[in-house]
Amino acid sequence: MKALRNFLDKIKPSFEKGGRFEMFHSTFEAFETLMFVPDKVTTQGSHIRDAMDMKRAMIIVVFALVPATLFGIWNIGYQHFLAAGEEPGFWSTFLFGLWKYLPLLVVSYVVGLGIEFMFAQLRGHEVNEGFLVTGFLIPLIVPVDIPLWMLALAVAFAVIIGKEVFGGTGMNILNPALTARAFLFFSYPAWMSGDQVWVAGLKHGLQAVDGFSGATPLAEAAAGKIEHLPSAMQMFLGTIPGSVGETSTLAILLGALFLIYTGIGSWKIMVSAFAGGLVMGLILNLFAVNPYMEVPAWEHLLLGGFAFGMVFMATDPVTAAQTETGKWIYGFLAGLLAILIRVLNPAYPEGVMLAILLMNVFAPLIDHYVIEANIKRRLKRAKVTAQ
Amino acid sequence: MSEKEPLFSSKNLRLITDPLNTNNPITVQVLGICSALAITVKLEPAIVMTLSVMAVLVVANVVISLLRKSIPPRIRIIVQLVVIASMVILVDQVLKAFAYDVSKQLSVFVGLIITNCIIMGRLEAFAMANKPWPSFLDAIGNASGYGLILIIVAFFRELLGSGTLFGYPVLEKIGLYKTGYENNGLMILPPMALITIGIIIWVQRSKNRELIEEK
Repeated sequence: MKALRNFLDKIKPSFEKGGRFEMFHSTFEAFETLMFVPDKVTTQGSHIRDAMDMKRAMIIVVFALVPATLFGIWNIGYQHFLAAGEEPGFWSTFLFGLWKYLPLLVVSYVVGLGIEFMFAQLRGHEVNEGFLVTGFLIPLIVPVDIPLWMLALAVAFAVIIGKEVFGGTGMNILNPALTARAFLFFSYPAWMSGDQVWVAGLKHGLQAVDGFSGATPLAEAAAGKIEHLPSAMQMFLGTIPGSVGETSTLAILLGALFLIYTGIGSWKIMVSAFAGGLVMGLILNLFAVNPYMEVPAWEHLLLGGFAFGMVFMATDPVTAAQTETGKWIYGFLAGLLAILIRVLNPAYPEGVMLAILLMNVFAPLIDHYVIEANIKRRLKRAKVTAQ
Repeated sequence: MSEKEPLFSSKNLRLITDPLNTNNPITVQVLGICSALAITVKLEPAIVMTLSVMAVLVVANVVISLLRKSIPPRIRIIVQLVVIASMVILVDQVLKAFAYDVSKQLSVFVGLIITNCIIMGRLEAFAMANKPWPSFLDAIGNASGYGLILIIVAFFRELLGSGTLFGYPVLEKIGLYKTGYENNGLMILPPMALITIGIIIWVQRSKNRELIEEK
């Protein structure tokens, strides 16, 4: 560690203003602050609220994603060997999953960070840490067999059009990870839906054993085959086909508890989103005209990417509502719409992505009216006391 | 002006060149976006659309310019609309007669040329106050500026969305699909047209910094 510090100190001057590599200043800065505590000291006024900076906030979200990721990696292998009719041990299952998962993560980080660094250089600002989370999320919300060049394209689209165009981290309207997924979903539907893509190998000619269906429970439900749904316990544990990291509600709940405990993720958004989903499920149960609408409301919360989206995507501090009342409204509507789209629109088997993106767009509007209402309330109070 | 101005004086030439870049109707004035989103999936309809708009705009501009002193100001919009609407009907009939397939693809958007803000805008802003010859040049310039963007957008959308150019399977011929490449379905949907125009505006403004508005 000491040697690294000495090395950084030695090369630092050439990256400062007037130095030889001045143009790479932000690249140097990014690596230095990633390795060590920043040496910047605030000189005017007192701005310190607590010792939390963006790097720490972001790394905590990554920690929260670890259970879902580990489970996802194992599940890739589990589903693959289930389809092939083999039963290897735990470690070969896990290693197979890792071998499939790592390329996705590497592509996501290399492409995304490459573009982030490029923009930081060109615009002369610091490299932001936002992509650490985005780049970690993206491999978790795509099918395991997605071609890597498609993933690279989607990451580039999400970072450039979804984020940098608006001014970089903190300025984006839409959640970048979901933007990447939406891009893939509308660009290459053949790789994002159907019953071939969710299990590693099926799309590349792996012959599944009899009785194995690679379709996600959602697709089965949308096709009206409710009796094919796996048991609630299976869906809770996550031993079902699906995008890499979203299948296990249990692992996601662990992450959610960690996010709430550390105060990084808003519990209000999570609670209201689940409430919204539950309410919509109950409404659909009331007016049920087909088997899909009769699915118990609570089971919807286990199905598909609902839990993952509401815990890790809807709570994105940049694109969610900022006001406390706004968070309740935002989360509730996101949950409500997700189930509504999922059940009633046959073109979109999963509504979570679209519901959250839609609510991202409405978040500033919600905040605006919450603030207006608060101003009115306080004005009223002011008049009363003046008399 | 006592001295007669040459037909292609530098002032007149700018009527044509300005709308191509610094005063482009789509990327700078942000007019006519609706049709730019709707008919740029393929190159052929985009070019036909450009020609149709050019025909309507040129005739309407010249006619209004000729009539500009006799049009009562209070009903000028109605007069302008009558001229535009008659031209659009003519163009529509010609397309139906001689280019039926393209006319089918353009469907309602030929009729909607009437509501294209570029045309009303040029009549109001230019033809009502200028002589026929400058109005003619202005019409050519603005229609070309409109068409230029349309064709650029349509080029990328057809190439990346369908893998063809003018219906010719370019990407298949060079063997790109064998490497695992696939057409991008999003390019065919309207949002991508908007994003493509956005990228053109981005490129244009980073090259021409005068276009960037002050905050």
